[in-house]
Amino acid sequence: MTGAIRHGAAGRLWRTTVITLPYAWLLLFFLVPFAIVFKISFADPIVAQPPFTPFFDWAESSPRRLLATFDNYLFLLEDKLYWVSYLRSIRIAFISTLLCLLLGYPMAYGIARARPPWRSLLLMLVILPFWTSFLLRVYAWIVMLGKHGVVNNALLSVGFIDGPLQMLYTDAAVYLGIVYTYIPFMILPLYASLEKLDQNLHDAAMDLGATPWKVFTDITLPLSMPGVIAGSLLVFIPALGEFVIPSLLGGIDSLMIGRTLYDEFFVNRDWPLASAVATVLLFILILPIMLFQRYQQGEES
Amino acid sequence: MKTRSTFLLSTLCFGFAFLYIPILVLVLYSFNDSPLATVWGGFSFRWYDALLDNKQILNAALLSLKIAVVSATCATALGTLAGLTLNRMGRFRGRTVFTGMIAAPLVMPEVITGLSLLLLFVSLQELTGWPSARGANTITIAHITFSMAYVAVIVQSRLASMDESLEEAAMDLGGHPFAVTRDITLPLIAPAMLSGWLLAFTLSLDDLVIASFTSGAGASTLPMVIFSKVRLGVTPEVNAVATIIIGIVALGVILAAWLMFRQERRRGGGGDS
Amino acid sequence: MNVESKQHTNENSAAWTGAPWKDPSQSPFIEIQSLHKRFGDFTAVDNISLDIYRGELFAILGGSGCGKSTLLRMLAGLEAPSAGRILIDGVDVTELPPYDRPVNMMFQSYAVFPHMTVEKNIAYGLRKSRVAPAEIESRVREMLELVQLTNLEQRKPNQLSGGQLQRVALARALIKRPKVLLLDEPLAALDKKLREQTQFELMNLQDQLGTTFVVVTHDQEEAMTLATRIAVMDEGRFIQIGTPSEVYEYPRNFFVADFFGNINIFDATVISSEPGFIAVELGASGTRIRIQHGGVIDAGAAVMIGVRPEKLLISKDKPTDDRYTVTRGVVEDLAYYGNRSIYRVRSQEGRIIQVSAQNSQRSVELAMEWDDEVYLSWDSSSSVVLQK
Repeated sequence: MTGAIRHGAAGRLWRTTVITLPYAWLLLFFLVPFAIVFKISFADPIVAQPPFTPFFDWAESSPRRLLATFDNYLFLLEDKLYWVSYLRSIRIAFISTLLCLLLGYPMAYGIARARPPWRSLLLMLVILPFWTSFLLRVYAWIVMLGKHGVVNNALLSVGFIDGPLQMLYTDAAVYLGIVYTYIPFMILPLYASLEKLDQNLHDAAMDLGATPWKVFTDITLPLSMPGVIAGSLLVFIPALGEFVIPSLLGGIDSLMIGRTLYDEFFVNRDWPLASAVATVLLFILILPIMLFQRYQQGEES
Repeated sequence: MKTRSTFLLSTLCFGFAFLYIPILVLVLYSFNDSPLATVWGGFSFRWYDALLDNKQILNAALLSLKIAVVSATCATALGTLAGLTLNRMGRFRGRTVFTGMIAAPLVMPEVITGLSLLLLFVSLQELTGWPSARGANTITIAHITFSMAYVAVIVQSRLASMDESLEEAAMDLGGHPFAVTRDITLPLIAPAMLSGWLLAFTLSLDDLVIASFTSGAGASTLPMVIFSKVRLGVTPEVNAVATIIIGIVALGVILAAWLMFRQERRRGGGGDS
Repeated sequence: MNVESKQHTNENSAAWTGAPWKDPSQSPFIEIQSLHKRFGDFTAVDNISLDIYRGELFAILGGSGCGKSTLLRMLAGLEAPSAGRILIDGVDVTELPPYDRPVNMMFQSYAVFPHMTVEKNIAYGLRKSRVAPAEIESRVREMLELVQLTNLEQRKPNQLSGGQLQRVALARALIKRPKVLLLDEPLAALDKKLREQTQFELMNLQDQLGTTFVVVTHDQEEAMTLATRIAVMDEGRFIQIGTPSEVYEYPRNFFVADFFGNINIFDATVISSEPGFIAVELGASGTRIRIQHGGVIDAGAAVMIGVRPEKLLISKDKPTDDRYTVTRGVVEDLAYYGNRSIYRVRSQEGRIIQVSAQNSQRSVELAMEWDDEVYLSWDSSSSVVLQK
């Protein structure tokens, strides 16, 4: 760290510029917006442009009246729709994360144990889909799972089933979509921590009498925990607020909070309630996001 | 030992099949003559022809490209400064908040980012009259904001693996801090900046949710148009769009791999390690 | 497999006596029979056979890539041989996986599990063999005492020094009372001072436990001080097997001689081979000498005569003792080290000869100076014939 260096005036100016520009940008376009969301979540919806009451009533000069209301939050508590959305989101995100882990761990382990020239190729194959459109990859599953989709056609022609299965617009399709689009985020940190693992630890455990399965549970798994945690958070957090996947692959009743928020905002045009939904979602996410940040900083040092 | 390798190998095969079969199916069906997108009706380019006539998709694609180029460029500039701030500027007041603001957009659900930015733009308009209308400009600002965090992370990790003594040597030789950054640091992190730009470009091109929130009437990006189409089910023209995008990405990746391979070979031939 | 239970009694009594490899009535404890290991086209271990006896501290010495580590890993079961067999205490273990072998290993990097405390690390082997908790506890305590780590048992590896980590690794490998302890470069990661101290501790420990140790090392000094016997390895084969003094004093060829420190070379021609001796004529001076040698070499063959630097005498006057072989040279360089001086002398044949002379008397001026003409002489019995 160069904190101790004494710069001249010009050096200080450059330093200030480097720090201030991104700082100011993020303050204005990242942090302030959250404050506004928070503020509006206490407003009342009105039919106007913009469709909510101001926080302070500027017109009435003195004394300034605080127009905050907890109605939106109370409504969230009362209406079952929101409860169900939050809980379902958490459940779907959690199960998807677990599925990602189940498929991603052996894949990451296999890549980490492959010979070096293979390793980079396989790793590239994991990252590659990420560069193609996310939306189109989700759409691909509509083609796959539809009533006359590829999977149904294949099963019908083989004779496994008599009529098409309802696969699209189900929760299973949502799980599939989430696992499909987010699995690179699981594999990459897992690979990073598995690749770092010293083969000698594995050999030492085996030498001391541990069978391959025991070596895995005693040594490999605990030592790859940072990768497991990072990967799980990288899947869980965005999956929790996912909007596209439940909208395209989920049924009408498959409510996830991202979709509920979107509908509240665009369909019902209730901005204050949408803000309250977002605020609560953010509070749910604070813990995992802080965990993730701590992990990131741990990696840096 | 043997059984485990077989298990790992079969999981890998299954995993990659899972990752690639849907994409390949999409490509295959884009050449399908039948309008019933999931029944094979013979090979044809008709959906590509239809695409050329589809003004809505073409305009949206053009708008998306414009937004992606501008936002990726700005995000690279700001993200590089942010990376430098994280790794070369030492301690300063508010550093913790800053690192938080860099890490959070990486995992923030898009609905929240989108909603918050829209509310910001609405409030700003109320207070200052700017932005007078939402559209390409507001989408661009939104994209810069979330993709600069990605650039910052890439640049920062490159800086972290780079020997700071190079810059110290340059400063020791009389380089002004700005000149040192320009002459020493930037050339060394140029590859990271390039991958940051590409990532920002892709993210912008790909974004649906944030664009939907921050866009105004009339400005529809490609993902917004695609979303409105596929919401109703399989759309053959979208298969064609997907194939074109996949083709461009594949081409880019092959090019990058070839460049990397060449560079590696040159390095391998030149030095001893 | 519960290996350790039947070992309670056996080895502590088998104190080290004499040289079992010379005693035909002794049967070997470890038998390595025509062992091969190939990795693709590369042969790492090339048809090696070796007997190691109970209680030995056997060193396998060689440069990097000579196959010594592969050999050790095959003993541990971490690498499967391409051909050949390994027997330990009369049992064929070739097909046994590492976790079923009565062998434990101390790894070069120590491979101490970073997420377990010292105590957990040491107890790991016993836990895996389902030893009763009470016994584990007492044996861990015993081990901690043995390697002097008491009070550190709750530490994590990242709170330990290199020397302490080494002891954890050692204790962990010893706690199962293996029939054979394998040590891969046990001292390489320690600094010089610690290395010397640990070397003696290892020897004492081995003496105390009577366990058979097989050490792999690239450091000839380490091998010399530790081992009962040394096998010098190169390109997957053993070049020479013998006690430290045998390989030092009677190296079979230049490779072995050079591996164990400096050796000076004089060119010579064989005149005749007699039982136990070879008569040669030194190239430059024409002096004829007889040198101890086991084999037969054709008359007229060119050989090298090797003499260790400390076996050479340097003098301005010609030595009179006729047991000495004498040749001449010019001092090119000298270095004063306090307890001794090193002279670099150019011989008549043009080779650089290194002489290490003890400075037994305190002399203000050095006896020899640059460009002095000097006599180099040595007792014929301290030279050795090296084949090219």
